Amino acid sequence: MTRTFLGMPATAPRGVGHLRGDEPFPVAARRSLADAQLRRNLGHATGTIRAKSAAVIGEVPDWEELREAGRAIKADTMARLPELLQQLETAVTAAGGTVHWAADAVEANRIVTDLVTATGSDRVMKVKSMATQEIGLNEALEAAGIEPVETDLAELIVQLGRDKPSHILVPAIHRNRAEIREIFLREMPGVDPALTDEPAVLAAAARRHLRRTFLSTRVAISGANFAVAETGTLAVVESEGNGRMCLTLPDTLITVMGIEKVIPTWADLEVFLQLLPRASTGERMNPYTSMWTGVTPHDGPQDFHLVLLDNGRSAMLADEVGRQALHCIRCSACLNVCPVYERTGGHAYGSVYPGPIGAVLSPQLTGVEDNASLPYASSLCGACFDACPVKIDIPSILVHLRAEHVTAYRNEHRLPSAEAVTMAAAAYTMDHLPLYEAAQRRSRLTRFAGRHGRGLPPPLSGWTVGRDLPQPPPQTFREWWVQR
Amino acid sequence: MHLDVLIHRLTDYGAAVHRCADDEVAHVVDAILGGRRVVIPSGLPRHWLPDTVEALADDNLPTERIATADGVVTAAAVAVAETGTVILDAAADQGRRIITLLPDVHICVLRVDQIAAGVPDALARLDPRRPLTWISGPSATSDIELNRVEGVHGPRNLHLVIVPRGSHHSLDPVGDPHSLPQA
Repeated sequence: MTRTFLGMPATAPRGVGHLRGDEPFPVAARRSLADAQLRRNLGHATGTIRAKSAAVIGEVPDWEELREAGRAIKADTMARLPELLQQLETAVTAAGGTVHWAADAVEANRIVTDLVTATGSDRVMKVKSMATQEIGLNEALEAAGIEPVETDLAELIVQLGRDKPSHILVPAIHRNRAEIREIFLREMPGVDPALTDEPAVLAAAARRHLRRTFLSTRVAISGANFAVAETGTLAVVESEGNGRMCLTLPDTLITVMGIEKVIPTWADLEVFLQLLPRASTGERMNPYTSMWTGVTPHDGPQDFHLVLLDNGRSAMLADEVGRQALHCIRCSACLNVCPVYERTGGHAYGSVYPGPIGAVLSPQLTGVEDNASLPYASSLCGACFDACPVKIDIPSILVHLRAEHVTAYRNEHRLPSAEAVTMAAAAYTMDHLPLYEAAQRRSRLTRFAGRHGRGLPPPLSGWTVGRDLPQPPPQTFREWWVQR
Repeated sequence: MHLDVLIHRLTDYGAAVHRCADDEVAHVVDAILGGRRVVIPSGLPRHWLPDTVEALADDNLPTERIATADGVVTAAAVAVAETGTVILDAAADQGRRIITLLPDVHICVLRVDQIAAGVPDALARLDPRRPLTWISGPSATSDIELNRVEGVHGPRNLHLVIVPRGSHHSLDPVGDPHSLPQA
C-alpha cells in the first residue's frame, strides 16, 4: 500500500456513492408503507423465495455444520486480513493480473475511470456488483463521458426505469411483471410493441436487447463473490449468463471487490458454494459460476485488473462486535425473512445495502452518526440471525450500534437526550421505595392516556408513536398483598 | 447412485439427459443438431460428430462466427451429482470459454467416472489455474418476481450425454497450465 497508516482507519467519505439516504428511515418507511402495490410485490416475492430456500436447505443434512464452518472461515479471514490480501495480490500478479488498492470510493472510482479511459472505450458493460453500486461507479463513469451498461436483468430494469436498487440479489424486486413490461416498452429501443408480461417473454426481450452490447463492448466491470488468497482465483456466481459474457468476451476486465471477499484457500470454496445458492436464490446451485485466475492466453480478457476496495471496511474491522458484518456473503436471506424489510422495501433504508444486513453494514461503513436511524430499523426478532448462512448475529450488532449512537449523541450534545433523562429518573425512582410506590399509583393514569390508541402526550408521545402502550393492571401486586 | 442423483438434478433444472455408448454419441448429436452449424473445440473426439452437421472447429474463430453457430458440442471436466452441475475447464476437448456461451444449444458429453458426489469432491478434482465454468441447467433468471425462468443470455438448451466409464479420455492432462488450448 502506498499510504502510511496513522490512527483510526477512515469511514466511507461523504458526497460519493450510495451508502447514505436523504432522509431518516422512519420518514422514508412511512411513505413506503402507504404504497399498497409495493407491499403486494414484496410480499409475493419474499414469500416465494422463503419457500424455495427452505426446501433446498432441507435437503442438506449437515446445514448447521456448514453454517458453522462458514462462520469460522470468515472469522479466521478477518483475523489475518492484511496477510491474506497480500497473498492474493501476489497470486493474482503472478497469474498475469494487476492489483490496485483503493482506500475509499473516490480512489476506486478514479482508478477504474482511468483504466477505462486508457483503453479508449467510451462504453463498459457491467455484471451486477454491490461494490460498484456502493461507490457510485456508474455516476463517476458518466461524468468522465463513459456509458455504463448494466447487463443483469434486474439491474437493467432499475437502470432503464431510472430507479434505485431495493434488494441485494434482485435489485428490481419492488417491480412486478406488469411494471417491468411498461418499463421495457417505454425505454428499450426497437422492442416488440406486442410484448406481453410473461416472465419468459420479458427475459427474451432482454436477451435481444443486450446481445449486440455483449459482442461489441471491449471493456467489462464486475464484482466478485470470492477471491482465493492461496491461488489468486476469482469467482462470480450468477444465473443469466450475462456474467459469463462480461467475463469472457471483452479485451479488458476490471473487477472491483470489497477486501472482505477474500477467503484463505481453494478448499474453503466448498463451504461457500454450498451455502450461497441455497440461502440466496433457493437453488441447489445457481446456473453459472465462473472462476478465473489472472489471464489465460487466448481465452477471455487478456488485460485483467483487480481493484481492492476498503471504503470503511478497515474501520469496521477495528470494532470487535461489529466486524462480523464483514462476514456477509451477500445472499440476501436476511432481507427475505425480515418483517420490517418485507413491509417497507429496500428504498426506505437509503443505502444500497438494505434490510437487516444493511442496517448493520451501512452505519459501520459511514460511521454510525451518518446512518443513525438504521440500527433502530428492526424489531430485534432475530429471524435474520437464524437465516444467515454464515451465522452473523445481526440483532447483537444492532443493539451495539444503538449504544454507540447514544454515546455519540451524548458526547455531541451538552444536554442529555430525553430518553437518557427518563432512564436516569426511572433508576432513581426504583432505588427509593416511596417514590416507586407513588409512581406505580400514578402510572394508572396511563390507562386513560393509552386508550383508543391515542398514546402518551408530548414529550412522551415519541415512545408510543410506534408502540402500543401496555395497560397497567387496576391494582399493583403490593396493593393486593397488603389487602390479604 | 451418483449417476441417478445427477440425472434427477439435471432434469429438475430443465437440462435434457441422454445415456448411450461412446460410439452412439454421434446419433444423439444428429437428432438434436442434424443439418445445423456446430462449433467444436479443437480436441473434440471426431467420432462424436455426425456427418450431418456443418462443423466449425475453433482455431481462434472470430466472435461473430461463433455467434452465428446453432450449437456447440464439448466434453466436460467434472460433474457434481448433488447439485446437478457440469464443470468445464477449457481443456482441448472443451475449448475456449466463448464457444459454449454464444450458441443457443450446448451438448456436453460426460463420462460416468467424471461424476463427483458433491462440491468438496469436485473442487479437489479441479485445477484452479484453469478458467472454470460451472453450469447447472440452462441459462435462467429469478429477477422477475423471484420465479426461475429459463433462457436469458447463455445457451437456452442444455443437453447432457452420459457415456460409460472408460470411454474417450481427455487429450491434455489436467494440472499443467501450459497445456491450455492454444486454439
